[in-house]
Amino acid sequence: MNIEMGIRWMELFNEEIQNEKDYLTQLDTPIGDSDHGNNMSRGMAHVVKAIEEQKPETLNELLKLITTNLLSKVGGASGPLYGSAFMGMMKAETAGEEWAKILKTGLENIQMRGKAEQGDKTMVDVWIAVVEAVENGELTHELIDEAVEATKPLKAKKGRASYVGDRSIGHIDPGAYSSGLLFHTMLRAEAQ
Amino acid sequence: MIKKILNNPDYIVDEMIDGMVLSHPELIKRVPETGIIQRTYDKKGKVAIVSGGGSGHEPAHAGFVGAGMLSAAVCGAVFTSPTPDQILEAIKVADEGKGVFLVIKNYSGDIMNFEMAQELAEMEGIKVDSIVVDDDIAVEDSLYTQGKRGVAGTIFVHKILGYAAEKGQSIEEIKELAENLIPNMKTVGLALTGVTTPGSSKPSFALADDEIEYGVGIHGEPGYRREKLQTSKDLVDELLKKLLEEFEANSNNRFAIIVNGLGGTPLMEQYVFANDVHKQMKDNKLEIKFSKVGILMTSLEMQGLSLTLLRLEDDFFLEALKATVDTINW
Repeated sequence: MNIEMGIRWMELFNEEIQNEKDYLTQLDTPIGDSDHGNNMSRGMAHVVKAIEEQKPETLNELLKLITTNLLSKVGGASGPLYGSAFMGMMKAETAGEEWAKILKTGLENIQMRGKAEQGDKTMVDVWIAVVEAVENGELTHELIDEAVEATKPLKAKKGRASYVGDRSIGHIDPGAYSSGLLFHTMLRAEAQ
Repeated sequence: MIKKILNNPDYIVDEMIDGMVLSHPELIKRVPETGIIQRTYDKKGKVAIVSGGGSGHEPAHAGFVGAGMLSAAVCGAVFTSPTPDQILEAIKVADEGKGVFLVIKNYSGDIMNFEMAQELAEMEGIKVDSIVVDDDIAVEDSLYTQGKRGVAGTIFVHKILGYAAEKGQSIEEIKELAENLIPNMKTVGLALTGVTTPGSSKPSFALADDEIEYGVGIHGEPGYRREKLQTSKDLVDELLKKLLEEFEANSNNRFAIIVNGLGGTPLMEQYVFANDVHKQMKDNKLEIKFSKVGILMTSLEMQGLSLTLLRLEDDFFLEALKATVDTINW
């Protein structure tokens, strides 16, 4: 990962979020509060706009910009969770860590903030699978899809979906799906 | 598309805040460029009570900003928690040097955003403490879920803590009071219709013309049971039974109640319901020492009601509820 890739990553992620905004909201309707699409769309539009205006020159500057925009523009639960992830990544980058370790710190920060464990049917399930794959140098689009899909049969134990209990079974977790988009676009940005 | 009076759904919260401030300039003002409503009342070196959350629950929380209740309220997007930077700003403008006490409804988004704001404020040297309100008994509480939701009982928390702050209690005393208050307060609701967020084309859930749902949340979250519409008496019977099961047996039979309209139910129906609540409480040998009936914590245009019972374990609760305040909607 470098600054050019990072900017491309955010542009691609924004495109996917805008394209899939309605689908994210649809996923969030039966088991959540129908705001995930709107919130992510608003947040990522701000991230991309801030990149254009502030023209970050280092990966660290970029991660900082993503953090502040997600924290101040998204709201709901996804704002602090994604914001905490990028804040952790920024700190690990400052410490000179490798990309796998940077992503892992992002994951740790999400768990610190949201207190979710593997199997709770949240974005954490996707992050754990991805971090492990990146550590082993074997992250693929298929692996991401499988991790997202794997949230479907689970019963939610954290987040708003936990209120509906058994009725959360059979639905993909919206946060897991948006995290899937994040990592699909990361792979695409790295490959370009 | 459901009919709503608005200009652009993207600006609905913004325009609502301006509308409130223009209508009540003697009570409240907006912190420029934010979703924060602050009271105009002079700072007196007391603890500030601050609350907030997603919009769409009006008059909660901005309608309860004023002398004797909230110092400030933070309005997020519709049904979406406000962000940490906004909450931090509210803490800063409300602080009178004695610390700021946050009243947070139990939703994962609210908890995370308020916690982050609390950490940021403490880094800036402001003393902050908080309580999480989780009065909705419709949702099963267990170690493995987020727990119960915060709903209409939050208004009693604003009132009682606001009074304690006005009386000059310290932030530690207010924390203790809040911790005694929450376990004594339970709420459960019912809906006659679903709810549609501004800009959406369809409601969050649909009920048939003759159906109701017990235990719904204030964001269109599903409840615990659906059945055919009953008479007011039978509705009260169901909700009261459900609530009383949650209180441990105890010789104290004194309660304060809230009959809260969820947005689309007329006051006439609320008072019919309140009449049945009073009668059935009396039949159960329970005494109502204080009643609040009205539209307090809503879910946009949802037709329905919630019933809150607060057991008056501490005489201070009743004294606080009866005190006069200067807000738009108490």
